[in-house]
Amino acid sequence: MTAENFEFTGKHRAEAERAIAKYPQGRQQSAVLALLFEAQEQNHANGHYVTEAAMRKISDMLDMPYIRVMEVASFFTQINLEPVGEFHIQLCGTTPCMLRGAEDIRAAIESKLGIHAGQTTQDRKFTLTEVECLGACCNAPMVQINDDYFEDLTPAIMTDLIDRLAKGDAVTPGPQNGRMCSEPEGGPQTLQSGPAPQVKN
Amino acid sequence: MPDWSPLKDEDRIFQNLYGYHPWNLEAAKKRGAWKDTKSLVELGREKICEIVKASGLRGRGGAGFPTGLKWSFMPPANPEKPSYLVVNADESEPGTCKDREIMRNDPHTFIEGCLLASVGMGSHACYIYIRGEYRLEYRVMEQAIAEAYEAGLVGKNACGSGYDFDIYMHHGAGAYICGEETALLESLEGKKGQPRLKPPFPAMAGLYGCPTTVNNVESIAVTGEILRRGAEWFLGFGRENNAGTKLFCVSGHVEKPCNVEEAMSIPLKELLERHCGGVRGGWDNLKAVIPGGSSVPLLPKDICDDVLMDFDALKEVKSGLGTAAVIVMDQSTDVIKAIARLSYFYKHESCGQCTPCREGTGWMWRVMERLVRGEAEIEEIDTLLEVTKQVEGHTICALGDAAAWPIQGLVRHFRDEIEDRIKNRTRVAMPGAAAAE
Repeated sequence: MTAENFEFTGKHRAEAERAIAKYPQGRQQSAVLALLFEAQEQNHANGHYVTEAAMRKISDMLDMPYIRVMEVASFFTQINLEPVGEFHIQLCGTTPCMLRGAEDIRAAIESKLGIHAGQTTQDRKFTLTEVECLGACCNAPMVQINDDYFEDLTPAIMTDLIDRLAKGDAVTPGPQNGRMCSEPEGGPQTLQSGPAPQVKN
Repeated sequence: MPDWSPLKDEDRIFQNLYGYHPWNLEAAKKRGAWKDTKSLVELGREKICEIVKASGLRGRGGAGFPTGLKWSFMPPANPEKPSYLVVNADESEPGTCKDREIMRNDPHTFIEGCLLASVGMGSHACYIYIRGEYRLEYRVMEQAIAEAYEAGLVGKNACGSGYDFDIYMHHGAGAYICGEETALLESLEGKKGQPRLKPPFPAMAGLYGCPTTVNNVESIAVTGEILRRGAEWFLGFGRENNAGTKLFCVSGHVEKPCNVEEAMSIPLKELLERHCGGVRGGWDNLKAVIPGGSSVPLLPKDICDDVLMDFDALKEVKSGLGTAAVIVMDQSTDVIKAIARLSYFYKHESCGQCTPCREGTGWMWRVMERLVRGEAEIEEIDTLLEVTKQVEGHTICALGDAAAWPIQGLVRHFRDEIEDRIKNRTRVAMPGAAAAE
């Protein structure tokens, strides 16, 4: 992909077409966020951001002025207008996470990577952003890394996660303290009836 | 407590809240989803509306508006103009993480609710606006919707009822303001998410200018069980005017933070002790609780001792049930800092459309930051309070109010602490001044 040219390809093209088909005739502009996401996804290796060329292509596809695409892209925090690292760590810093130690998690990330919130490591592997409430408050503190949530963190677990990602090792998203979802730690007092617990599909 | 007894497992609507079982259609059916849905659809629009009204269900997204009544505002079917159900799954109110569990663990209960609610308001299409960060939940919902289409439960002739119904997932991209219903509609139309002036209300001119109702995920997801078990069943939980079962999200300084479905009007202390292992360090170690998501004023311990978790009880103590997201703070908490962090949140999330909010949220945050450090004059507390009053009620949407209320609650209940910090800092900085007092 060059800076002057952008085309959706492969699964991203299919996904873009599927998104546009969700809306009534003449309302295809509704798909703008979906297409911005896809463009960013397709550009993951180059920094997971939307280029001007991508926005121009989206404006053509959705028959909307370029400036309207830009307006949407710049309004939403999840649309990157500049490159981010291979692993974009979005740390939730809002009060429920703060109460459970988000500041310690941030300190652990910053000292591990030698960067501050808003920065990317020199090798372009990691970007750290402090974001607002990610809606996983019962599993605080937590971060989102690319698409996945990592919850119930401690500074040591966070540091270990970074090590694993840096080495290319597998990591398991979700709660890091043995919980399935947001049940009380050690198992719920409720929902005891019914079939025995199974592994999720 | 005459008004409250613990909810039994068989009365819990979200049987897979914790994801201990598969979410797929087969498993969901075994849990009771999609049972006799055809006959529920055949109840028809008026009857469904009537039952939901009679059940006492009030909106679970924060405002607590009667759900059935809201549906009844939708105009009669018009072949020229479609009408829409839009479900608000933007769940971004700090402290709130319940709709996420519904979508990733009980998606079919929710999808069935979308169909039935749509019949109740005469709509044949539904868009679910989910926050962009919920990628897993988005994928689960897309797969569950595909399963429902495949099984003929939605789509043309849904459940063999003769009713046509289409349902689509739509994602946002990280803007709290898109949880405001008209900002959500703007964003769903492919614009930036700035709230619209009302009127016209969405029921008259909503998505694409067509009649639209915007409901929270939980409000919609409980519809199926209300219709199956009857209005009286749902009305049997909680105090008068506060009916039903409710998902509570408990975060912060409890031993075991969790989501739990309980009967409405549960005493706050009971909720924390029964399900969350109690306050860290014991009940007496409690400092304050934000009972309904970041937008509602906090409550000091003495009110928490016996307050009930419902719309009316929390309104009486000048707070609110909001999204029922309970944020617990123990004695170790710097409560000024906890609220200052929320002020930063609102500053960050203001869409910038209205001057009092755009300027006011930044101004309030900066003063709050100084109060955290005690770098202020005592008089500035009243100035801050005055500014919150100038923002509150003077903006298109409720974000301005939401930014003002946490600060008002802090000053109402912890003014002494703010003043002490200012005085202590003055003493440290200027030893002579302390001596002169």
